[in-house]
Amino acid sequence: MNDHLEIMRQVAHGMNQGSPQARALGFETVSLEHATAVMKVPYSDKLVGDPDTGVIAGGVVTTLLDHCCGQAAHAALDTFKYIATLDLRIDYMRAAEPGKDIFAKAHCFKVTKNVAFVRAVAYDADPDDPVAAATAAFMLDSSAGKKPGANFKPPRTPA
Amino acid sequence: MSAIDDELQALLERIPYAQFLGVRAELAGDEMTAILPFGEHLVGNPTLPAIHGGVLGAFMEMTALAQLSIKEGQARQPRVIDVSIEYLRSGRPLTTYARAEIKKVGRRIANVHVEAWQEQRAAPIAALRGHFLVTPTEKPAK
Repeated sequence: MNDHLEIMRQVAHGMNQGSPQARALGFETVSLEHATAVMKVPYSDKLVGDPDTGVIAGGVVTTLLDHCCGQAAHAALDTFKYIATLDLRIDYMRAAEPGKDIFAKAHCFKVTKNVAFVRAVAYDADPDDPVAAATAAFMLDSSAGKKPGANFKPPRTPA
Repeated sequence: MSAIDDELQALLERIPYAQFLGVRAELAGDEMTAILPFGEHLVGNPTLPAIHGGVLGAFMEMTALAQLSIKEGQARQPRVIDVSIEYLRSGRPLTTYARAEIKKVGRRIANVHVEAWQEQRAAPIAALRGHFLVTPTEKPAK
């Protein structure tokens, strides 16, 4: 079990480095336990959404929550599977403090054959005083049958 | 270019995160189309490759905020209360477009629906429904 967690931690780290958007935002996985992930996005001037106040854009928090929920879902699975966000609901409670890093803590509380269900909060100091909260559902095995580079080709059946 | 278009372009240029993503916008009357040209830095899954779901959410959120600013003017700078994002298709390495439909603007709350698509308008890749606070913000008494 511990070996499995260690592998999942390496996968999480690899996904932060190998995902260009995660790398561009500077995402780090702070901790990864079974079905639970904590991530951080460092404060950066280029991510500001309100130039008058210096508050980080809501979209950055959206991406952090999506990514962190995904890592919690991965950490809840026994074997590695590709996953894709099905839906993501976010409540914004307050503006993040300008200059502070933002954290997200996600817990995958249920995995079924096809879907993983995850809840998360984003915070700058205290998880009990969240910036935002999220509920997400992920499809498991989302890339089943898709080969690398599949998205370069147009979809087989037109909509 | 209309005054409202100038304002929109100035707004996007002023927001560092909009520049980071590379968001542009075009106006047809009072209807805006937000445009997100593909960039390598937007990719979440490098194997397929697919645009990060968070980026699509952020892009649609920004589309809703910008469309509200156009409709309501700068005096009512909207703030996000909640969003619900539905992912319909994988975001391919192509330009993504989004349009927002303001369903209702009340005294305090606006309800906005957004759809994002790539090659076919009729085959959206993601949708967002959100509530936004449009009460004029009071300056904090600090």
